[in-house]
Amino acid sequence: MDFEKVGKIIDKHQQKRTALISILHDIQDHYNHLPEEALKKVASRLKMDLNDIYGVATFYKAFSLIPKGRHSITLCLGTACHVRGGPKILREVTKLLNIEPGQTTKDKKFSFCAIGPVMFADGKFYGEMNPVKAKRVIEKIGKNRKKGNEVKS
Amino acid sequence: MERKTVNVTIDGRSLDVEEGSTILLAAREFGIHIPTLCYLEHLSPYGGCRICVVEISNNGGGRTYIDTSCTHEVREGMVIQTGSPRIIRARKMLAELLVASAPNVKVAQDIAARMGLVKVRFPFEDNRCILCGLCIRMCYEQMDGKALGFVGRGMGRKVSMPFEVRPDTCRLCRGCDYVCPGVIVPCQGIKDPGELCGRCVRIEDMPTCCPMGTFGCFCEKNPL
Amino acid sequence: MRKIKSGCDLEKWREDILSKQKQNGVVISVCGGTGCHAYGCKKVKDEFAKTIRKKRNDQTIHLKFTGCRGFCERGPIVTIQPQGIFYQKVQEKDVPLILSETVEKGKILDHLLYEDLMTKQSVTSEKDIPFYKAQCRLVMGNNGLIEPTKIEDYIGIGGYQALAKALFQMKPDQIIEEIKSSGLRGRGGAGFPTGRKWEDCRKAPGEVKYIICNCDEGDPGAYMDRSLLEGSPHSVLEGMIIGAFAIGGSHGYIYVRHEYLLACKNAEKAIIQAGKAGLLGNNILGSGFSFDVEVAKGGGAFVCGESTALVASIEGRIGEPRSKQVHMVEQGLWGKPTNLNNVETWSNVPLIINKGSPWFSSIGTEKSKGTKIFSLVGKVKNTGLVEVPMGITLKEIIFDIGGGQRDGKPIKAVQTGGPSGGCIPASLFDLPVDFDSLTKVGSMMGSGGMIVMDEGTCMVDVAKYFVHFLQEESCGKCLPCREGLKRMGEILDRITEGKGDAGSLSLLEELGEVVADTSLCGLGKTAPNPVLSALRYFRSEFEAHVYQKKCPAAVCTPLIQYSISETDCTGCGACKKVCPTQAIQGDKKQSHRILEDLCSKCGSCKDVCKANAVMVQ
Repeated sequence: MDFEKVGKIIDKHQQKRTALISILHDIQDHYNHLPEEALKKVASRLKMDLNDIYGVATFYKAFSLIPKGRHSITLCLGTACHVRGGPKILREVTKLLNIEPGQTTKDKKFSFCAIGPVMFADGKFYGEMNPVKAKRVIEKIGKNRKKGNEVKS
Repeated sequence: MERKTVNVTIDGRSLDVEEGSTILLAAREFGIHIPTLCYLEHLSPYGGCRICVVEISNNGGGRTYIDTSCTHEVREGMVIQTGSPRIIRARKMLAELLVASAPNVKVAQDIAARMGLVKVRFPFEDNRCILCGLCIRMCYEQMDGKALGFVGRGMGRKVSMPFEVRPDTCRLCRGCDYVCPGVIVPCQGIKDPGELCGRCVRIEDMPTCCPMGTFGCFCEKNPL
Repeated sequence: MRKIKSGCDLEKWREDILSKQKQNGVVISVCGGTGCHAYGCKKVKDEFAKTIRKKRNDQTIHLKFTGCRGFCERGPIVTIQPQGIFYQKVQEKDVPLILSETVEKGKILDHLLYEDLMTKQSVTSEKDIPFYKAQCRLVMGNNGLIEPTKIEDYIGIGGYQALAKALFQMKPDQIIEEIKSSGLRGRGGAGFPTGRKWEDCRKAPGEVKYIICNCDEGDPGAYMDRSLLEGSPHSVLEGMIIGAFAIGGSHGYIYVRHEYLLACKNAEKAIIQAGKAGLLGNNILGSGFSFDVEVAKGGGAFVCGESTALVASIEGRIGEPRSKQVHMVEQGLWGKPTNLNNVETWSNVPLIINKGSPWFSSIGTEKSKGTKIFSLVGKVKNTGLVEVPMGITLKEIIFDIGGGQRDGKPIKAVQTGGPSGGCIPASLFDLPVDFDSLTKVGSMMGSGGMIVMDEGTCMVDVAKYFVHFLQEESCGKCLPCREGLKRMGEILDRITEGKGDAGSLSLLEELGEVVADTSLCGLGKTAPNPVLSALRYFRSEFEAHVYQKKCPAAVCTPLIQYSISETDCTGCGACKKVCPTQAIQGDKKQSHRILEDLCSKCGSCKDVCKANAVMVQ
């Protein structure tokens, strides 16, 4: 893996400490996770301790130190979606995909609270879900998979 | 040299304490004891364990609020209670939470004992790290190692080194072990007839590293 | 893009924009709020754009892609001016018809109109729709009129006039007095008097001062700030610049949670445009005052909505709150005096400067002035964003605007204030909504989330939900929040599994009180509220779980049973097909049966049963 891109990202944000989180977002968008080498480079360029960067990377839920899966399914479990049956959908999805809830990104809100429960799969939003609809969406994604990748979020 | 003082009332006693001092240090100066856990002299106060909480009224009026004495600065006219019913109740519950999480850590046992706790209404866990952060502050503020930090957040928070590997800046000074309240092993009482367990007394019986499950593995992987 | 160098320049620009707008024949506004996006509004807008280009009418049709209009339940929303027609649930296939019938021939398409469910009458214009009638859309109203990424639109409706007035006709102290007498209080939840905060920050010693806009909006169910920043970013910016001038701020940040991609983008675009136009940056409008703003992104932490944690986040640290004995206005970002306000608070500032504090303080109640935007969601018919004057009752919001119950079950309670608030039972719906009335009964108005719950909602489950949410979001620094919430969660888990015992409820209350007393920051201090208020008003539900091992609302899976009514079942077999555990037995055209031991209680059968034969108890 080449880490030149990291340098460019840091330059784009003018090496500012206030942009640390934005820098990490950009790095994660590019590498699909936060590689150790990238974080080391960030630490040295921003003149911060690696320890502190590591703390930030593990504190914020947006960041992952391990590569994320090809398909990403995010289920809103905000209060409005919860009240309209969100957990039932979560149970169905976890059973279908055989993943533990820990591997599912339970993003707490999408702000589609008015049309919940909401599911966000591979860049598309699906509103007013229920377990049956959710199953159909996942099956559709499964058919579009090129190889047998595990679905992780 | 004349030092500036402010007048505060602690537990009914009117005291002239040094301006800029925290309630905890001001109280200590006058022999008023407030229990602490995550506070250590010469390290910056953290305010994480909340054991040292006191009930404060800014001007002696009716409204009071609760804050940690180790972080709260004294101000002229403050009225402070270190043992009001609300505080005692809070401290007792905090002790219960602490000892339920770390029943085999001596400090937790001590605080529970001090608060008169016998029954614990939560299922026991067996953590050896109480997340007081003293090791981290020691590493950063006194030993300039910058090797330890908090990782993760909430219930999953723990103390670790970056990427679980001892960085070059760690000189194995053992300052972290030195300040860790979890290092002191609980007493085992009678060892042999006429002998006490003595683990806290005998140097050679002291663990060579911090409690297991914290960052003990670093010392094993990188022995001195 | 024009660069303007004085107040007069701004006026001239506005006049030019307005005269150009007069040439617009028909204006079609498609709502581009994120809610409508989920319903496919982008396709609708693209279809309009394509068809309009092809048609080349003699009428000039101007297409606008606006911010959120609030009636998210009925999206995508399309309005047509000057006729004042309001179309809802518009799909791609409706577009050619709208253009050919409504725009060209003036014929209204009934199937796209809002139909009042009570009177069964169709309503043509927005102001007559019950959802909108009782509202007072002073702040959110702009969303329907402008394209958020076009500064000219904002200037056309009077934008930046307040800034010019503040810079050239008022002094900083005057501005602060104006905000103070308006009675504006923070809209982020705490409701601190904004004028006083500005004054304290101005008085704090120091040359460098920071101005922050809080758009972290972590409350589940709340999306007002998102829609404001997405739909009208310039109104937020204008407020910030006025505030900076009044306080003496040199640099500003808009802290946006990273999940709000569109809000981040629109805010960034607005900053660039305002800068190019001379409304931001050096020597604003030639006044000599300089101020610049940048967007800072969050990393996914609810706790970063708390001001000290937010500031830590901007400094590139973990979002750990600190003691607030020394307030942010004295020592905040990088130790400098910092004034932090919520998105909605900032958006109110230009209004107050333009129309004056007497006007603003004439709206609302004695101690809560102005309007408030609420996100009305949950088990209510008309969900969306509503803006109402303070003092309106819960009943009016939920029934007159919200349209009352949704799934045929009576409304039981409303949760306000998010994870820091509490539930309010239906018996108290006559309460006015303002900063203080809801706090008196154990909840709070908070940032504006209003989640309606009906008889099918289990209040124990709701309490459990909030505790688990806060467990995930706790920073972990202090013992009471970290351990206390963990144990509260354990107790609630046991109760919902039927394993609660006589001591569970009192232990929950005791724990709650200590967590509230001793936690370091607002998250922990208010964390027990949802539980304690649920216990206060719905104790019987808790007791049913603990003593009878039953869930009255039929939600907690270990305590409920699914069964099929023999008399209602038509034997269609739909349930059998979707059952994930093959727990349903039955032949075609014959009454089906659910096998209890295999049933996973997923509820799929109930969802598909057309005969309503599946029962839960």
